[in-house]
Formats: sequence, structure tokens, C-alpha cells
Amino acid sequence: MNLFEISGLRKSFGSRTVLNIDELTLQAGKIYAVLGPNGSGKTTLLRILNLLAAPDTGRIKFMGGDIGISQADRLSVSRQMCMVFQRPFMFRSTVFNNVAYGLKLRRVAKADCEKRVNEALDFVGMGNFVKQSATRLSGGETQRVALARALVLQPQVLLLDEPTANLDPGSVQQIEEIIRKYHQEYNTSVIIVTHNLFQAKRMADETILLINGEVLERASTAEFFEHPRELGTRHFLDGTMVY
Amino acid sequence: MEAAVNSLFAQKMEIVEIVKMSLQVSGSATIISALIGIPLGAWIGLSEFKGKRFLLKLVYTMMALPPVLAGLLVYLLLSRSGPLGFMELLFTPSAMIIAQCLLVTPIVTGLVSAGVAAKEGLIFEHAISLGASKAQATWTIIKEARTGIIAGVMTGFGRAFAEVGAVMLVGGNIRHMTRVLTTSIVMETRQGNFEMGVALGIILLLLSFMVSSIVLSNADEFSLK
Ligand SMILES: Nc1ncnc2c1ncn2[C@@H]1O[C@H](COP(=O)(O)OP(=O)(O)O)[C@@H](O)[C@H]1O
Ligand SMILES: [Mg+2]
Repeated sequence: MNLFEISGLRKSFGSRTVLNIDELTLQAGKIYAVLGPNGSGKTTLLRILNLLAAPDTGRIKFMGGDIGISQADRLSVSRQMCMVFQRPFMFRSTVFNNVAYGLKLRRVAKADCEKRVNEALDFVGMGNFVKQSATRLSGGETQRVALARALVLQPQVLLLDEPTANLDPGSVQQIEEIIRKYHQEYNTSVIIVTHNLFQAKRMADETILLINGEVLERASTAEFFEHPRELGTRHFLDGTMVY
Repeated sequence: MEAAVNSLFAQKMEIVEIVKMSLQVSGSATIISALIGIPLGAWIGLSEFKGKRFLLKLVYTMMALPPVLAGLLVYLLLSRSGPLGFMELLFTPSAMIIAQCLLVTPIVTGLVSAGVAAKEGLIFEHAISLGASKAQATWTIIKEARTGIIAGVMTGFGRAFAEVGAVMLVGGNIRHMTRVLTTSIVMETRQGNFEMGVALGIILLLLSFMVSSIVLSNADEFSLK
């Protein structure tokens, strides 16, 4: 099954083209890493996939169906994916209510909701924080609650935008462990944007390199790091890329 | 002796009556203004349309509307020969409520629109990504902006409760009818009863303090439903 089929995708801000992807197909059930320097269009790509932004041109299929056509269709499609933002915003309430938010939107019954929220919080190791205020957590804790808030919805795909940027090494390891474990248990597809090469190496089945909004290289992670085809990829990996 | 006690008692009852009228007029005006101003402010803060900047300038100007001017406007509307004269509302509590609405609604609208616009994009995208419809996301933003909204409503109430120009003009400070704290203070001061004026002033301040304390202590209790 194909998770996403992208063709002729183009997005500009003013006169600047920030995304230009002719053809990109991602399979369901895998972990993809999207690498690229700052400003290469990674966040924009995730936002378009999550229907938060519309492309100027192009076609995107999600699980075989075109997306973003009718309004009703959009909601049902967007409810099958969930994005964790680079800087997650916590609603001004308890940790519990933050994680319950998406379930309440879907009118999940109270008892079921409570059970699922507690399970999700246990899953990310935040079970003791249920009643705490979500706006007073540390960076690592915030990121874990943000993950729980997404995982609890059991989406088809998790879109993660630099989920470990600005975290200490211990938190980075925790977050990666959570993502890996969840992926294994539920076979959820994951697209993880990062500019941490080692994270891509550790996590991903396949790695995609985005430069100036274009896919420069896409390969299995082992291939990508050991035998990059493109000169640009080699420069990027060596840290000698000029951009 | 008995006469003195009776007069003291009567005086106390009259103060209670005045306080009640003050709370009733300013409270009603604040509630009506909130019912108009919160949705209006949220709409202005959350949507993009032509003339938005102009509308905001208008609202901000109206926030500083002098109470006497609001009173004058309502007076002209409600006076015998005015367009709404047939309703015979002049010198009634209703007229005072209308005039204070004119003062409070822009304050609520302006502060709510600022409060809602502050984190609008961020909250909206998070809500949508978690599966909210547009309406659900909008409602989430409004709830997240609750401190700003409550501050707006409180500021509005404070302004209504403390103003004298509008209620004096359209209410007329009629005993047992439209007399409120501020108009009493003016009257007592004019008659040289400075002690009474100061006493009423202290009551006014204490009540303002109590109302804002009650509202603010409840502000954090609201939770995301
Ligand atoms: N809403 C926007 N308006 C204008 N320019 C934008 C907007 N969003 C992103 N951009 C620009 O698009 C480019 C790609 O941004 P982004 O996708 O955030 O890059 P990345 O996540 O790879 O760092 C950047 O140059 C950024 O300035
Ligand atoms: Mg980014």
C-alpha cells in the first residue's frame, strides 16, 4: 500500500519556489527520515501533507485516494494523520486534557477516552503527570506529551517535525525509543524531519534528502549513508555543502 | 432617639438600594456587551477581510469614548423628539444600561480581538492537526484566549461601574429610581456632604475589588472541555 503518492508538487512564497517535487512515493508501514538544511522546505512539505497548507500545483494521494478535494473529505483524511510540531504548543490545561483533546473532537466516550489517555501517557513515560499543568513542563516532557497527544489518536501516519531539536541527549534517546516502540507495536508509518544525520541513521528505513525544495536523493538508509549516488549528498554528509 | 435610629436605618437602606442599582445597571450592561463583544472581537481577531484595519481603528477609538458623549448620544436617541422617543426610556435604568453598553462593548471587542489574535495561527494549526474542524479549532482558540477575554470583560465592567457622565445624563440621578453610586457621590459632594461622598467612594472601590477578585480567582478553573 502506498502511503503518499506525490506528483508535480510545487509551492512558492512570493517569487520564491520553496518546494518542487516531481515524483515521490512513500510506502505505508515504514519510517522515513527527511534530511535537509534549514529552509530547504521540510516543514512546508509536512504541512502540505497534513493539509495545513495547500500546494500551488500538484497532486497528492493518501492511501490510494486523492486528498484535499471536498471539505468533508479533508476532515476525514486529516483525522488519519497527525503532526507533532517543531515547537509543540500545549493547551492551557492539564496534561490529561491535552492528550484527550483529539479524542474529544472525535466524540470518543468518556470512559474509553480516559483509558486511552492513560495508556498513551504510560507509553511515553508521563503517567505521573496526568493532572499537572501542561504549560509548565520541561522541553523533553513537553515533547513526550505532544507525542502522546498524537499517538493516542492511532493515526495511519505520524508526521514529526524535528521532534528532538533542542533536547538533551537523554531526552533524545527517550523520544527515539518511544517512536520506535510505537512503530513496532502498531506498524504506523512515520515521517521524521530532522537535520540530525545520526538520528536518520538510527531510525529510518529510508532517507530522503531535500535541497532547495527538491528531492536530491532518496534511498534505503544504509545505501544513503554508505553509497550516496549524488555528489550533493556526499557534500551534505561531509558537512562541506555550501548553501 | 427612636427617630435618629430610624433615620440611620433608612439611610442604610437607601445606600443598599443605590449599590444594588449600580450593580444591576453596570452588570447588565457588561453582560450585554460581552454577548456582543466576545463573538464580534473573536471574529475580527480571527478573520481576514478588507477594511479590517479600519474597523480596528474605529473600535480602538470607541474604547476611549468619553462617557458624557455616550450619554449625550443616547439622550438624543431617547428624548421625546428623538427617533426612539416613543419607547419612553429616558430617565430609566434601561436608558443607563444602553448608554453603558455603548461604552463597554468597544472595550470588550477590542481586548478580545487582541487576545484572540495573539496566538491564533499556532493554536489553529495544532487543533487542525489533531483533527479539529474549522469550527472546533476556532472554539479552541477562544478558550485559549480566556484570560484576555476575562480581562476585557472586567475592564469593561470597571469602566461602566466607575463612570458618571453617561448615567447622569440619561438616568438623571432620580432618588429610588436611577440613583447609582457615582451619581450619588457627585450629588453629596455638591451638597457639601463630603463624608458621605467619601464613604460611597470607598464602597465603590471595595465592590470593584471584590468583583474582580471573584472573577480572577475563577479564571484558572476553566478547563479545556
Ligand atoms: N508562510 C510562509 N511565508 C513565507 N515564506 C515561508 C512561509 N513558510 C515557509 N517559508 C519559507 O519557505 C522556506 C522553507 O521553509 P521550511 O519549510 O520551514 O524549511 P525547513 O523546515 O526545511 O527549515 C524558507 O525559506 C521559509 O522562509
Ligand atoms: Mg522546519
